[in-house]
Amino acid sequence: MSGSMAFLLWIKGPMFNIALAIFAIGLFARFAEIFLLGRKPNYAEPRAGEWLPGFKTMFTRSIADPGTFQRASFNVVVGWVWHLGFLIALLLFVPHVELMKGLFGIVWPALPNPVVDLITAITLIALVATLVHRLTHPVKQRISTFDDYLVWTVVFLVVLTGYLAYHRLVNPYPIALGMHILMAEIFLIILPFTKLTHIFTAFIARWYNGAAFGRKGVAS
Amino acid sequence: MIDRKTPNKTLGESLRDHGLSRRGFLKFCAATASMMALPPGMVPVIAAALEQARRPSVIWLSFQECTGCTESLTRSHAPALEDLILNLISLDYHHTLQAAAGDAAEDARLQAMEANTGQYLVIVDGSIPGPDSNPGFSTVAGRSNYEILMETVEHAAAVIAVGTCAAFGGLPQASPNPTGAMSVMDLVKDKPVINVSGCPPIPMVITGVLAHYLTFGRLPELDAYHRPLAFYGQSIHDRCYRRPFYDKGKFAETFDDEGAKLGWCLYRLGCKGPSTYNACATMRWNGGVSWPIESGHPCLGCSEPSFWDAGSFYQPLSVPLTATSGDLLTAAVGGAVVGAGVATLANKQIKTAVANRQPVTVEELEEKL
Amino acid sequence: MSGLDPISVIIESNVSCAGMPQDCGNALPILHEIRHALERLISTGEETRIDLNAMPFGPGDLDCLKALLGTGEVHATVEAMGLTLIQETAIPGVWLVDYQNSDARRLTLQIEIASVPEILRPQPLDLAEAINTLDGRLTQSASNRHHSS
Ligand code: SF4
Repeated sequence: MSGSMAFLLWIKGPMFNIALAIFAIGLFARFAEIFLLGRKPNYAEPRAGEWLPGFKTMFTRSIADPGTFQRASFNVVVGWVWHLGFLIALLLFVPHVELMKGLFGIVWPALPNPVVDLITAITLIALVATLVHRLTHPVKQRISTFDDYLVWTVVFLVVLTGYLAYHRLVNPYPIALGMHILMAEIFLIILPFTKLTHIFTAFIARWYNGAAFGRKGVAS
Repeated sequence: MIDRKTPNKTLGESLRDHGLSRRGFLKFCAATASMMALPPGMVPVIAAALEQARRPSVIWLSFQECTGCTESLTRSHAPALEDLILNLISLDYHHTLQAAAGDAAEDARLQAMEANTGQYLVIVDGSIPGPDSNPGFSTVAGRSNYEILMETVEHAAAVIAVGTCAAFGGLPQASPNPTGAMSVMDLVKDKPVINVSGCPPIPMVITGVLAHYLTFGRLPELDAYHRPLAFYGQSIHDRCYRRPFYDKGKFAETFDDEGAKLGWCLYRLGCKGPSTYNACATMRWNGGVSWPIESGHPCLGCSEPSFWDAGSFYQPLSVPLTATSGDLLTAAVGGAVVGAGVATLANKQIKTAVANRQPVTVEELEEKL
Repeated sequence: MSGLDPISVIIESNVSCAGMPQDCGNALPILHEIRHALERLISTGEETRIDLNAMPFGPGDLDCLKALLGTGEVHATVEAMGLTLIQETAIPGVWLVDYQNSDARRLTLQIEIASVPEILRPQPLDLAEAINTLDGRLTQSASNRHHSS
């Protein structure tokens, strides 16, 4: 492929701008909608504050309650593994930290490459496991929609192309890197319009929940 | 009148005429093998081939260039340039190096073309204003670069584009490309084109490609960009002696921090080594003294297409070219406005629905059933 | 005196830009290659040449390799198209051959694993002419003696 450099430059240039614009417009449109629609005013007298329980729930809900764990231990464990792996690879890999620095000017420490490499490999295996589970589990199989498979594919390809690029398993390298950035761009583009929005809305929803419970004076 | 025909003597004969012993010839072959990036085991093959080889006529055309490539070539030390010119090739036309000037120079080119038709090599340095550009942007002897290139290439055996300008357009082609500069590859479609990219290319690579043609009588194996694989087959990153530090995640953060002093990887300082294919890491520069990364500076990626337009030399490879946090903010605000609009509309609909709601009696409901 | 001389240069640090010599990282694989080559030389007599110019050496790697190989008993110099310096290493059969041009700049540096480095041996075509050359000299000296008597 003789245009590999042109491809990479396009992916890093105009295409990145497009992806970022769609991502930001889409995501903030949804945010504005969610916040402005708000909730119905609650005229009952509050029994306790809502802010603190709201914030608490944002984090406490990350740990599954024992019942859920027993009922769906695979979901909880594998889900945790790949979510954490994905986040570590995304936020603590040197080139990604440099990307954030280039975009926002903020830096944080990164992990050594071999550590990120290992975590990425684990993430890939966990992701494959989730797909197998989805395809074989009788209930999951029936409740899975196109959206679920699309999101799985994009997430998997983002990680896979990153792994391939890091190990330089695709030649020439500009193609390998370009494919990875392109997949990340597709991820950004579909994020506001698929269940990927949960990256942000999960915490908003938890806050609403926690706040509502807090107001009623019950533990969430 | 000078005879411009390729001399009939083989290289072996003419070297011996110059008083070169067989041991000297063996050494010459060892140096040539090293220059061609071939394993020393190939020396006997090279010796046999060079013994029989004939010096090709070479015409060197300079277009929109800075003469840096010629400067680089004249620092080729193996074999010394004199040897190269006298023994390996018959350099019949070269602006900077030839003694002739004016009409005599142009005549030399035409004569060499006529005497060696179909067999001479054309070396080009510099990019060419395309056929649609103003021909006056760059001329030689009152004729446009494009015209001279096409005329000279017509009966050539092959074209070697030396330097990133000739190979990919280089600096003249960098945005906004005022002269409509094009590469040799863009213009010459019916002849083999070899690209020896780099700004400038490693001198040994220029001579190595010539030596390969001379030794084996054919062009070396090329990559997707028409570059000889022997020199451009591996990326800088893959042969970089700082690679162990990259793998361990040890990076210099500034040019003078502890990491820089310890020779750690220069990725965060903008090194383009991972996406750059060249032989600097092994052949080095200035007769093998050092090379950019060994001197503490990140690789600029000068042997790749569009390297002038590929973002800052000091920004890591993973940083996007143009997007900024400002753009992101603008898009976010735009998105919020859209979302607010949608939400207000929805709220209004709910309100009007509530306002216009009519009480329904049980009788009415039963009627509808 | 060049025009640049009035500009005073202050060296603030002796640290080289290339970084500290590493722990011979890139020299070690070559030692393994040499080991394999020696095995071949001993079992089949096959000779091997390794071009050190083509190695991605970092600062200090070459010195490290040389130090590991050590210095043997034989030094030799060939004068043909500039000097070629041959040095036996402390490992018998492993030679360092430094090809230089007439300006004493290195053309290439090779490790040769052989009983005798190729360039020290008479070249086959020269050898074929050896008897003729000697005969020529014999006739020459015979005729010289003849003339002088
Ligand atoms: S200095 Fe550049 S080429 Fe060398 S390992 Fe680091 S990124 Fe790769």
